[in-house]
Amino acid sequence: MARPVTRGPRPSLTIPGSVSGVDRRSILRGALGAGALLAASGSLAACSSDSTPATSGGGGGGKPGNVKFGINEAKGSGPAYDRLAAIAAAYTQKTGAQVAVNAVDHNTFQESITTYLQGSPDDVFTWFAGYRMAQFADAGQISDLSDIWPIDGMSDAFKKAATAEDGKQYFVPVSYYPWAVFYRKSVFEKNGWTEPKSQDDFMALLKDMQGKKITPFAFAAKDAWAPMGTFDILNMRLNGYDFHMELTKGKKKWDSPEVKRVFETWKTLLPYHQENSLGRTWQEAATSMAKGECGMYLLGSFVVDGVPKDAADDLDFFTFPALDASIGADALDAPIDGFCVAEGGADQEAGKAFAKWLGSAEAADAGNNASSVPFIAANSGASTAKYGPLQKKSVEVVQNAKSIAQFLDRDTNADLANTVITVALQNFIKKPDDIDGITASIQQQAASILG
Amino acid sequence: MATDTRRRQSRRVEKKRGWKDRLVIGSMIGVPTVLVVWLVWLPAAASVLLSFTRWNGFKFSAIEWVGTKNYVDIATIYPPFWPAIRHNLIWLAFLFVLPTILGMVLAVVLDRNMWGSRFYQTAFYLPVVLSLALVGFIWQLFYSTDQGLINEVFGSTVDWYGDSSVNLWAVLVATSWRHTGYIMLIYLAGLKGVDASLREAAAVDGANEVKTFFHVIFPVMRPINMIVLVIVVIESLRAFDLVWIINKGRNGLELISALVSQNVIGEATRYGFGSALAVIMMVISSVFIAIYLRIVFREERR
Repeated sequence: MARPVTRGPRPSLTIPGSVSGVDRRSILRGALGAGALLAASGSLAACSSDSTPATSGGGGGGKPGNVKFGINEAKGSGPAYDRLAAIAAAYTQKTGAQVAVNAVDHNTFQESITTYLQGSPDDVFTWFAGYRMAQFADAGQISDLSDIWPIDGMSDAFKKAATAEDGKQYFVPVSYYPWAVFYRKSVFEKNGWTEPKSQDDFMALLKDMQGKKITPFAFAAKDAWAPMGTFDILNMRLNGYDFHMELTKGKKKWDSPEVKRVFETWKTLLPYHQENSLGRTWQEAATSMAKGECGMYLLGSFVVDGVPKDAADDLDFFTFPALDASIGADALDAPIDGFCVAEGGADQEAGKAFAKWLGSAEAADAGNNASSVPFIAANSGASTAKYGPLQKKSVEVVQNAKSIAQFLDRDTNADLANTVITVALQNFIKKPDDIDGITASIQQQAASILG
Repeated sequence: MATDTRRRQSRRVEKKRGWKDRLVIGSMIGVPTVLVVWLVWLPAAASVLLSFTRWNGFKFSAIEWVGTKNYVDIATIYPPFWPAIRHNLIWLAFLFVLPTILGMVLAVVLDRNMWGSRFYQTAFYLPVVLSLALVGFIWQLFYSTDQGLINEVFGSTVDWYGDSSVNLWAVLVATSWRHTGYIMLIYLAGLKGVDASLREAAAVDGANEVKTFFHVIFPVMRPINMIVLVIVVIESLRAFDLVWIINKGRNGLELISALVSQNVIGEATRYGFGSALAVIMMVISSVFIAIYLRIVFREERR
């Protein structure tokens, strides 16, 4: 048969934009080029949704200058934004200096941070303590704040958390939240359970819960950071805080017998955890605990955001019991949030003055008074009047802790934490028998990344 | 002789072009060329160069030449890489089989102007309009282990998104749900363009429906088939959005594109390593592009 003359309609009309136009891949590829780097940082700096125009020239005469303030909470995103906005407003009220707030969505802020800091960043921005802060200090992206330390009301533990490898401070803490084992008081009362004080109590509790057809631990690992909390607490109970710090800094090996012991212990505890954790978000796990299907949940105190109001009022917590008498139970994860001054910011003096004030009890109070949900202030001088019972207990627990770790992914090299350990922990949950293979794989990659 | 005259004529036309025309033509060629070089070729070349380095993205002075180390690491000690290659290939094969055939069948059925065909067209095409982020969310309502529709209805406890032995297939079904409507629309457009006299001729010759389709209609739609082929290849290589919103491309949903993002976007700043992954992706894409161009050029030469 000869080729028919009639053809279909011009096919090019049916090609979607995704095929012919700018697609994700070209953006990705573009992001590797310098041009896109500048563009990305520019857009982040430019999206100041509610900036009050800063009038120049405040610095002299003792009056602090106007500052630009980058925050990792989008406008209207809830109590976290309200607190930061109130803190900024209180500074203006007190000093007369204008604070231009650049509010960016939490995850977007975090994912754009490297390009943001290299573009034209705000003078002061919200950030986290730990390696995540230290790596920017090392790269010269954030300013030395050692001249504003010590800050009234900040304990040595917080000063330590604000200190980078070179022994200088680069960070001002504002709040923190502990990781602990949360449970519903009513469920414990009904079943006659009490908070375990020792490892024997703890194991007996787990067995009793399982006997009563309640899964002892709610567990979620869809978010790759979530299982890190379990690894951290087991590591600190079995090997201690110092080992945690040395491991995360790359001074101890990931295939060492100590790390293997953590995984071995975790393996024995896995049957007491909710199954199918890899497809579950922490909110879903929190719901299982709220419903009483699970007895406990090891998570940060933000767990209250994942349960209904009546369950939130019913929550209580205890710290993970000791697993080794010689190590004890005096270390825990309590990630600290706070502020840094960007080296690339326009006005260093104004930024530092603002940062110093941000660490004060006054700033913490301004934030907490403006919000329905208070944070736990790092400054010991801050008012605790608005704290609920959970927050009061958190303060006590953290003050009693001898050492405070940030979190596995806040203490570790970001490349290692985000691309290697996340994968490895999920693999472990899938194949708990392959501990040798998994630890060896982490160590190989750690050697390649850190070496 | 004849061709000679024509050539001379065309030369005369060229001479008549003024400097204005030259400027217009020059800028029409020059501007796109500059843009393509600046936005496509330079970044691509930079990726290739960066793939032989280690760089944390902070200072250009910190770029450190490491040779082929990134590639060696990827192939030997980076556990998600080989699964990612396998998943991309499965993705490609699956899109070729299920949504393409289903889309074609739907198009043939809907082309018969049956009652309510416009309604069905809209219904099948609707998912294409939705962004993949939304598709992921909609299917989350079906797939959620504790609160999802499928487990609720069938009383099963399958962890659709979390169990690495099923989640790829679950995601492929969700993708197909969207992709089928797209393929259907393209074939529908193709079928509308087929000359009705061809069908009549086939009918006169006594061919039945099935034979008419496979021996007359399908061969006539060759350009459409080429388009579908290209779309399927591109869609499966650039597959990203759905796995990214589900679990950032981990735990059974590894894809090359997701691995690139994990290493480069976000807090991890393994620019060299990520670039090496991107280059591998680029090479794989080029193979398919080369095959496609070969076919297209051969077509044109005929």
